[in-house]
Formats: sequence, structure tokens, C-alpha cells
Amino acid sequence: MHLIRKKRVLGPNLVELEVEAPLIAAKAQPGQFVIIRLHEKGERIPLTLADWDKDRGTITLVAQMVGKTTHQLGLEYDEGDVIADVVGPLGNPSEIKFYGTVVCVGGGVGIAPIFPIARALKGAGNTVIGIVGARTKDLLFWLDRMEKVCHELHVTTDDGSFGQKGVVTEPLREILRTRKVEHIWAIGPAIMMKFATLTAQEFAVPITVSLNTIMVDGTGMCGGCRAEVQGESKFACVDGPEFDGTKVNWDLLLARLSTYKEEEKCALERYLAQVAEAARR
Amino acid sequence: MIRPTQVPMREQDPKARVHNFEEVPFGYTPEEAVSEAERCLQCKRAPCIQGCPVNINIPKFIREIREGNFRAAIRTIKETNNLPAICGRVCPQETQCQAVCTLGKKYEPVAIGRLERFVADWEYEHGVELPEVGKPTGFRVAVVGSGPAGLTCAADLRRFGHAVTIFEALHEPGGVLMYGIPEFRLPKKIVRAEIENLLRMGVELRCNVVVGRTVTIDELFAQGYHAVFVGSGAGLPKFLGIPGENLIGIYSANEFLTRVNLMRAYLFPEYDTPIKIGKVVAVVGGGNVAMDAARTALRLGAERVVVLYRRTEAEMPARREEIHHAKEEGVEFEFLVNPVRFLDSSGRVSGVECIRMELGDPDESGRRRPIPIPGSNFVIPVDMVIVAIGNDPHPLVPRTTPGLATTKHGTVVADEDGRTSREGVFAGGDIVTGAATVISAMGAGKRAARAIHQYLLTKYGHAPVQGA
Repeated sequence: MHLIRKKRVLGPNLVELEVEAPLIAAKAQPGQFVIIRLHEKGERIPLTLADWDKDRGTITLVAQMVGKTTHQLGLEYDEGDVIADVVGPLGNPSEIKFYGTVVCVGGGVGIAPIFPIARALKGAGNTVIGIVGARTKDLLFWLDRMEKVCHELHVTTDDGSFGQKGVVTEPLREILRTRKVEHIWAIGPAIMMKFATLTAQEFAVPITVSLNTIMVDGTGMCGGCRAEVQGESKFACVDGPEFDGTKVNWDLLLARLSTYKEEEKCALERYLAQVAEAARR
Repeated sequence: MIRPTQVPMREQDPKARVHNFEEVPFGYTPEEAVSEAERCLQCKRAPCIQGCPVNINIPKFIREIREGNFRAAIRTIKETNNLPAICGRVCPQETQCQAVCTLGKKYEPVAIGRLERFVADWEYEHGVELPEVGKPTGFRVAVVGSGPAGLTCAADLRRFGHAVTIFEALHEPGGVLMYGIPEFRLPKKIVRAEIENLLRMGVELRCNVVVGRTVTIDELFAQGYHAVFVGSGAGLPKFLGIPGENLIGIYSANEFLTRVNLMRAYLFPEYDTPIKIGKVVAVVGGGNVAMDAARTALRLGAERVVVLYRRTEAEMPARREEIHHAKEEGVEFEFLVNPVRFLDSSGRVSGVECIRMELGDPDESGRRRPIPIPGSNFVIPVDMVIVAIGNDPHPLVPRTTPGLATTKHGTVVADEDGRTSREGVFAGGDIVTGAATVISAMGAGKRAARAIHQYLLTKYGHAPVQGA
């Protein structure tokens, strides 16, 4: 049982949670993730660690309400409530070392997991250029935190409501065109990571991405999280979640992410109807 | 005189059971059990004892059943087997104790497994006696994994008086007994009851702890554990390495069975975990896991389930009983075929192209090696595939434990008693042998418990050093 110590709404359908998990907080490293299960009937979903506090014994998660589980988390779980299961830290940590100049790209909810990576890279002496982007101003978050861990920060919105109008690959291309960059991290929707990879490839700069595949156990047992990397099946939970973006078969990844599209829709609609019904009573 | 055949076990009708997840065989009544027990010759040599991986005194417990003394019978079994209700159901008795039964030379062997199950179930109904826990030794032992190896090792360590903590990665204990073996073959209430008994014996259980991630073996020693038993079991599923294996609709048996058994996806959307069942399902493989997957797919509503196996029925590693059950329920079999690629229909699997095989000379496993017949390719249209061709050992403990020797297959190197290359670290079950049976994992857990006990006494004398 894991107590929710703090909950904050970051934007429309976007919540930040500070959850008690002392064992995980003690071991967490940038790039790792946890699996949570809300309750006895819940599914296990992976969430990348956004932050942790060893002394408080807590971890911070940011969730975008897209499916039933994340909606339930956002709508029903408040400070003082408990999450049944939280397990981790899972996956291999990011390779933090001195590279020189690095770019950290966070798209949408991917801003959360890119934050601790940027912080650690700065700590390792790198010059860190941050790029964060979202569809619109309301979906941007943690700009203050990112500013602290980046030497410079570029912000984009698709609709131009804040920062530069456009997508994250635009400032990325501009930076790669004018500056010498040793390494890029990109975390966000698969489609964004795909295009960040294509941009990095144009300039032959190495890029690391974090794959958000469908998982069940997340510990190296079920094989559901497999992705094709350099023509081989790799398991995001124990071989990843970070991979060389240029070796990922993006189209296959995108297809596999849609495996349960109908079921996800059905579960969400059913849940929202229940919520509406409860509100009427 | 002696009945030549076993007292048959009543079972659910195949037509009915294919629509439910209830257990298939009903178990013996007391009268049936006594009648079957009367078939035992009580031979002095008792080859069955040697045939049992945990050396149950089989003639003794059968004699006690014959005399109607069921309590004494279960006590006899429990001297060496902590989990009889599970073994009575999933042990391959036909290749172990029953294979060497003297009666079996002429007639059907004594139905030892069914008798074991009978007394174990009898005990549940009439009150379970917990094994006696030893006087506290002050030693602390960490057990990694709560599958059959870990559960057995933990129970025996408690009997020796050691303090035991089991670390389980998943949210529910039981390992493969919980996530792998379906309800219709091993009801989960039995597994839960066995774990409850272990807790009543004073074993501490900590779920959601992934050893190798949340905590490492070295950290466990630093926390004051005097020894560690690694029973982390099988890990990543093997795939075929053929084109199209990551298409939507292709599952590993581990994922498919975990979704259904552990996450209860068959109750979606009441439970949150989804599963997608095809109309025509191909199951690749010939072991018990393949049979479990095939029978589960039928129960979830597949119209046709076809098992693809590259050798013949005779070479199938699955238990005969399970093959028989699968056939009764309508599972189809294609023998001497091997998938060569999966067909893609806008990202989803739409068929499996197979090649026909013939059997050549025996390979290192002693079974005749399957050889492809050139030009014999054919396509089976399917919309779901379950790959059940085994697992690699779980990677996390070997990867994160410096000095722990492994084989080229990734299994942990351990001797007969579970001693590894690291002092104080013992291992047993699938993490050592690669995929094997529940009972062999239990046997390994048992031997390791004894070896750990000896190790602790030898190293520290009769009590641990204070503060160590």
C-alpha cells in the first residue's frame, strides 16, 4: 500500500503525484520506471520516474489521463489515498556521464521523465540544452524545474499559445545545425521520438529514446514489451527502456501501441459513464 | 484379486468445461481412494520412493489411506512434501513414481498422484496441521521468488528455526503456480491456502520487491541476512526468431497466461487488464504450457485452436493427461510442422506459414531431430498466435550479482544442493535447470534448505554472531 502524499493538477488531464515508496526512492536513477496497480481489479501500468526524494521516501509520478486507469488515478485518487502496488525502480538507468553538450527533449507528458535525466547530465558537467513542447500552453508544466537544470531552455507549443509555435524538432534542428552536440535524449509520444530520431540522424548525432511499450509484469517475464531494435526483438523492461533511437523500428512500435485500442476505448467509456452516473446521484 | 485398472477419476464433461475455468477432474471420494489404495502391492523395494523427486514414503501413505487413516496419510506425505495439494495435481507422476510402480509392469500403476491429491484435499476440509517450526536460531535467510522452489525452501528453513523473508516481484505470491498454471488445472484458492499456511508458520512475505532492482543480493547481506536462496525462476519468453513475430496478435504464452490467470483478463472490463482472443488461434509448442495456453484460448471463446508441433505426438513433452484433455475439449494438432514466418495484415497477424518436417537422427536430447522438407510450405490463416516454446532464465539476479557464475544459457551454476559460486548464496528451480517441473523445483528448494542450514551451523556455530 502506497500513500499519496501530494497531488497537484498540472493541466487538463495532467496530474502530478508524490507517492510513498521508500525502497524505490532509495534506489531510483534517471531513466527508470515503476509499475503501478491501483487496486485489486486494476491493470499494471508503467510510469517513468519524474523525481524522487530519498529523505522523504517518496517518488514523483506525472500521469496523463488517457485510458481508464490514468483517468481513475486522476479523478478518484487524492492525497491520503493509497495505491495498492508500486514496484520498481525498473529498467536500466540512463547512461549519465560527461558528453560535452547534450540536448534533452521532452514532449508532452515526456517533460516529466526528461527532467531527472537533464538534472543528472548537468550534474555530470554537461552543457544541457533543454527543449520542451506541448500541444498548447495549458499542457506545459515544470518549466521552472527544467530551467534550473538546463543551461538554456527552448519551449514550443503546436498552437503558438506559448513559446515558439511549432513542434520540438524545429528548435532541435536549429540547434543541431548551428552547434556541436554530442548526444540527444528524447522522451515523449512515440511519434515525437520517431521524428526527433530522424532529425538527429540528419546531423549524425547519437540519440537515446525511452520506449513506452505495453507491459504486464515489467520485470522480465511476460515479453509483452518487446520492440524491434536493429532487427532483433528486445524487451523494453529489462533491455531498455532506453534504446538508440536510430535502431528502433518505429512503425512496428506505433502499431503495437495500438493493440488494445478498442478495449481501451471501451474501458474508458464504461468508466466515465460510471463516474457520470455517480455524479448524478 | 487386484484390479488391473485404476479407479477412474470423475471429470467435468468436455463440452461443459470448455466454457468454464473450473477444475477438470473432481478428485476421489473416500471410498474411491480406499479402493485405489487397495491396489498397492506394498512392495518392500518400493521403487516409487526413489521415483519421487522429494522421496515421499509412498507405500506408507497409501497403506494409511487403505486403513482409512487419512490424517496419518497426509502427515506421512508432509514429512517430505510441503505442497501435496499442488503436486497431486500438477506432478507428472506418470514419468516419476508411477513410471516405476511394480504393479505397472503388468497392469496400470497405482494412481499415486490422485491419492496424494485426495488426502491433501481431505486435509483442507478437515483442518490443516501446520508443520512444527524449529526453535529460533537467530539466523535470517532471504528467499528470492515465491514459486514452488522458494515456497518449499522457505517452509523447510522455518522448520529448522531460521527467520525467513520471501521477496516476490509481482503483487501476488505463488510464481508460476499463480501466473502460469490455469485455474482449471490448479485452482488458485489452493495456492493461496498454501501461502497462508506459510505465513502462519512465521514466514515474512514482501511482494512488489524485485531483487536485482529494488534491492540486490549484496544489499540483502548488508541488511543482515545470513544466507540467500535464489528461486527466481524462468524469465523472458523465447521467440522463434522468424519474420513477423512482433505483429499484433502474437503473444508469448507467459504474457497470455499472465493476463488471464494473474490479471484476470477474462473478466475484462470488470477487471482492467484486456486480452484479445482470436477466432482461429495457433499455439506453437508441445509442452504443458502450450496445452494450458490452447485450452485457455478455447475457454475464452476461440472458435478453433491449432497446436503446431515440430515433432510427433510421441515426442511431445506435455503430460499425456493434458494432451488427452486438450483433445477432448476440441484442440486440434498439426504435428511435424514448424512456423517459418507470420503473415501481416495491416500490422496484425493474419496467418502462419509453416514448413512440414520429418524426423531424422536423435539429437542431444535423445529425441529424433526434426528436419524441414523443402518445398512443403503451407499457410494456416489465423488471427492470434501464442508462442509456447520455453523461457530463458530470469535475467535480473544474475545480471546484478557480481561473482555469481552462470552458464552460457544464463542459468545460475549450482551444485546438487544449490550451492552457487558465491558464499552464502544458494539457488534452485528453473533459474538453475532452465524450464522444468514444479516438483523438481520443490526438490531443489528442499535440498537447498538443508544445505543452507548446514552452511549456517558450520559457518557460525550454533548461533549467529550478535550484530552480524
